[in-house]
Amino acid sequence: MAQITLKALAHSYERNPQSNGDYAIRRMDHVWEQGGAYALLGPSGCGKSTLLNIISGLLEPSDGEILFDGVKVNSLPPEERNIAQVFQFPVIYDTMTVFDNLAFPLRNMKVPEHKIQSKVHEVADILELTPLLKRKAKNLTADEKQKVSMGRGLVRDDVSAILFDEPLTVIDPQLKWKLRRKLKQIHEQFNLTMIYVTHDQLEAATFADKIAVMYEGQVVQFGSPHELFENPSHTFVGYFIGSPGMNFFEVTTSDSGFRYHDIEFPASRKLLQQIDDIGTDNIKLGIRPEFVHVWDNKNSEAFEVDVIDIEDLGTYHIMSFQFKDTVMKARLHEDQKIPTSKAWISFPEQWVKVYVNEFLVEVEGD
Amino acid sequence: MSLILENVSKSVDGQSWITDVNMTLEPGSFNVLLGRTLAGKTTIMRLMAGLERPTSGRILMNGVDVTGVPVRQRNLSMVYQQFINYPNLTVYENIASPLRLAKMPKKVIDERVHATADMLRITPLLKRFPTELSGGQQQRTAMARALVKDAELILFDEPLVNLDYKLREELRAELRELFRQRNCIGVYATTEPNEALALGGHTAVLHEGRLLQHGRTPEVYHRPRTIETAEMFSEPPMNIVKAKVTDTEVTFDETVHFQLNADLRMLEPGQYNFGVRPSHIGLVPHADDDLELPVTVDLAEISGSETFLHVRNEYMNLVLHLSGVHEYDVDQKITVYFPTHKLYAFDLAGQIIHAPHRLTGV
Amino acid sequence: MIKTENNKAWFLVLPVFALVAFSAIIPLMTVVNYSVQDVFDAHTRYFVGTEWFTKMLNDPALQSALLKQFGFSFTILLIEVPLGIGIALLMPKRGWSASLCLVLVSLPLLIPLNVVGTIWQIFTRGDIGLMGWTLREMGVSYNISRNAVDAWATIILMDVWHWTPLIALLCYSGLRAIPEAYYQAARIDRASRWAVFRHIQLPKLTNVLIIGVLLRFMDSFMIYAEPFVLTGGGPGSSTTFLSQWLTTMAVGQFDLGPAAAFSLIYFLIILAVSWVFYTAIMNSQKEK
Repeated sequence: MAQITLKALAHSYERNPQSNGDYAIRRMDHVWEQGGAYALLGPSGCGKSTLLNIISGLLEPSDGEILFDGVKVNSLPPEERNIAQVFQFPVIYDTMTVFDNLAFPLRNMKVPEHKIQSKVHEVADILELTPLLKRKAKNLTADEKQKVSMGRGLVRDDVSAILFDEPLTVIDPQLKWKLRRKLKQIHEQFNLTMIYVTHDQLEAATFADKIAVMYEGQVVQFGSPHELFENPSHTFVGYFIGSPGMNFFEVTTSDSGFRYHDIEFPASRKLLQQIDDIGTDNIKLGIRPEFVHVWDNKNSEAFEVDVIDIEDLGTYHIMSFQFKDTVMKARLHEDQKIPTSKAWISFPEQWVKVYVNEFLVEVEGD
Repeated sequence: MSLILENVSKSVDGQSWITDVNMTLEPGSFNVLLGRTLAGKTTIMRLMAGLERPTSGRILMNGVDVTGVPVRQRNLSMVYQQFINYPNLTVYENIASPLRLAKMPKKVIDERVHATADMLRITPLLKRFPTELSGGQQQRTAMARALVKDAELILFDEPLVNLDYKLREELRAELRELFRQRNCIGVYATTEPNEALALGGHTAVLHEGRLLQHGRTPEVYHRPRTIETAEMFSEPPMNIVKAKVTDTEVTFDETVHFQLNADLRMLEPGQYNFGVRPSHIGLVPHADDDLELPVTVDLAEISGSETFLHVRNEYMNLVLHLSGVHEYDVDQKITVYFPTHKLYAFDLAGQIIHAPHRLTGV
Repeated sequence: MIKTENNKAWFLVLPVFALVAFSAIIPLMTVVNYSVQDVFDAHTRYFVGTEWFTKMLNDPALQSALLKQFGFSFTILLIEVPLGIGIALLMPKRGWSASLCLVLVSLPLLIPLNVVGTIWQIFTRGDIGLMGWTLREMGVSYNISRNAVDAWATIILMDVWHWTPLIALLCYSGLRAIPEAYYQAARIDRASRWAVFRHIQLPKLTNVLIIGVLLRFMDSFMIYAEPFVLTGGGPGSSTTFLSQWLTTMAVGQFDLGPAAAFSLIYFLIILAVSWVFYTAIMNSQKEK
């Protein structure tokens, strides 16, 4: 069993960190519930590897606490935490057979041999490795090796969390989805907390029930793939998740809403008050290309914009257009009429998100 | 200039790497070579560059036979998958190197380097060394070096493969823009159908050393001549379903059948393979005569803004390409709607018999 | 991917081929030529067939020298390989201490062979040598020019001092090439220090060890300068190794025929042992 709690956790590689920029991980509070399937997603350099090393015990955090089931484990080494880890490149013991590889952690813990036999066979069955048990691990394919390294974690009864560090990097593209499926099945069969670290949105969203998106040392959103798509809580999430990413344009506030050049977007008084309290002029509106409405004909509700480019992506089109001084994108479905030089677009109200200082602002108690 | 490959074949140690390829690259065109690993993309590029000599056939540049002309005497440049720059030279010197070799005057070099660096947005990095750059910046430098010298032919061998996907999106769009303004032939190798679509221009689909089809990208995508092209140029791959056509009906694997509709009426009775695009199968019906198929979910792959849903029933495995995020559990039972109008029909030899009509585009 | 377009490139190999011919093949042929003749002077020589070979192989002095040589080579391998691995494991992984250790460890390798002999010759002297004097003061009787065991032990010690660093450096580079993830995985699997060595480090070192052992075997089998300077082959002929024996025969007594025959035997032995050794290890690696 493991619930992993990060309490006021921060980490800096500097001895005397001064500003936020000196922190690889900025102060955060976070809980990974027992039995959850999680992903830690972010671009390179966002701090996700540092956080992974803190969870696995390879790195002691400079500030705050990491708790396993409420017990502080800051300085416990990996071997004393009940975790297993699957690395980017398969780690297997070359000279041993697949069976011996799987039995290795149990033998190290002096588990009786008959118990090792049954446990290894059980796990090999689930991972579909049974026919390979007698083979030298060295001669396996990359996906089989990754399964073996996962199996070494699964054989142990004391393991309650498995960490994955970009585990599909070296797997053939055609085999990737099968391994992703296997991972999901394993999560359902074993009552394990799984944390999957990756920079690939597809890997993260396919595996995890909840994704923590990291950016510049902080978790900017923790939510389901659905929430990340429909309600990104930071401009970075909007940009990073989805292809193409979210459209943003800078606005100012007025008495009744947001002003963009000569266009007025109405907003509730309550929301405007909230923004006023924050007191900044970094205000952006954002909308996903999927939600921009493109009309077939001139329309009184729609803005007229100049079409810059149409990308034909086979079964859909991406239209780039000039919306005042911002270039934006809209997704057109296959049978939709393709505008030529002018297009009429509108933004359905429920899909226009407000970002203040890059973070999403919603009306409280709404 | 134009580039023509005429009956080009290449075999190495008795193994045929390229088989009888005929291809004409128009002046100023951008051409994507699409194919899986070992399809022959790199070999064709090396043949075009003159790094290899074809076993048989001719290569013509502007109508002149250049088959035996070594690479140094041709005006071309190449960008590779690895970020290849001179580590001991600054970004500026890296970009200037082909011009220095051509003994251009200093002033011209300076102008050109700055213009190219501006184009690729690396002007602030000119004084740095390649090791101090990120992957994306290194590849931009390599591209600048290829673009600076006004080559007649520029070859890109999977240049974006080692970059993360947001950077790829960006560079792809820039590359499209760059080639629009240039009058040289661009050749770009990739394994990803979606990259070929995003780059536009022309696409040549290669498979096991053979050229399957070459033409304008949307044309090749929407009007594949064979089942192989349809499968290669689709990500996720086009769903293929075996079917029997009678005078009145289409039957899939004995269980699912529907009335022969206006689209398919021209099909002679017999056995066919029907192709259906992953984006044409839906979670809700699009037309009244869509087929309702109960299926089991294998996996929902979610890419952030799209979902690839792998499903199966007793008779077939299907992939759905859905816009937006749709979360499903493994082995969940759902219903999907299979179109009867947007079907491609191939005969058993793999030749196309029928492609669906399109309301927009090609 | 890069394939030859025509065969012109072969001509470019000619200079190297000529060089190899002059430096290796022609001298070797000369030796073969000598080994089947009895040479009296520049104009008088007789063909003797395999006589020299038979004679050499049956010579008890040579047989004992050969045995001694094998004994020596295997002894130093038995000491140097484990010791080298041990040193490599103990060396720091990074930082200034790693650089310092590398320099210190490689120092003996930089000293010319005959100088090594001289250093140890002085080192072991009872009157002015640090080791010789210390041992004498401690009441240990030690004299390399009289006691064969002392001489042997000293030569082995000298070789270990001189060449263990080579094994250590090879192993060190091999160890550095093991990705950190392996050690992390082993910790998570709760592997003991010994298990880490046995299942991760040793398997990854096999390749460099093959090279190391082969180099050390061939080199030690041909050892000449150091014992020649240190003991001159004595006391008696107790530390006269094959190469010194050969030199005496060829240069000292000018027995060119037997010396040539013996050189060939010597050469073939090294070749055969190295080959057997190499294939044995390669096969054990390939096993499934």
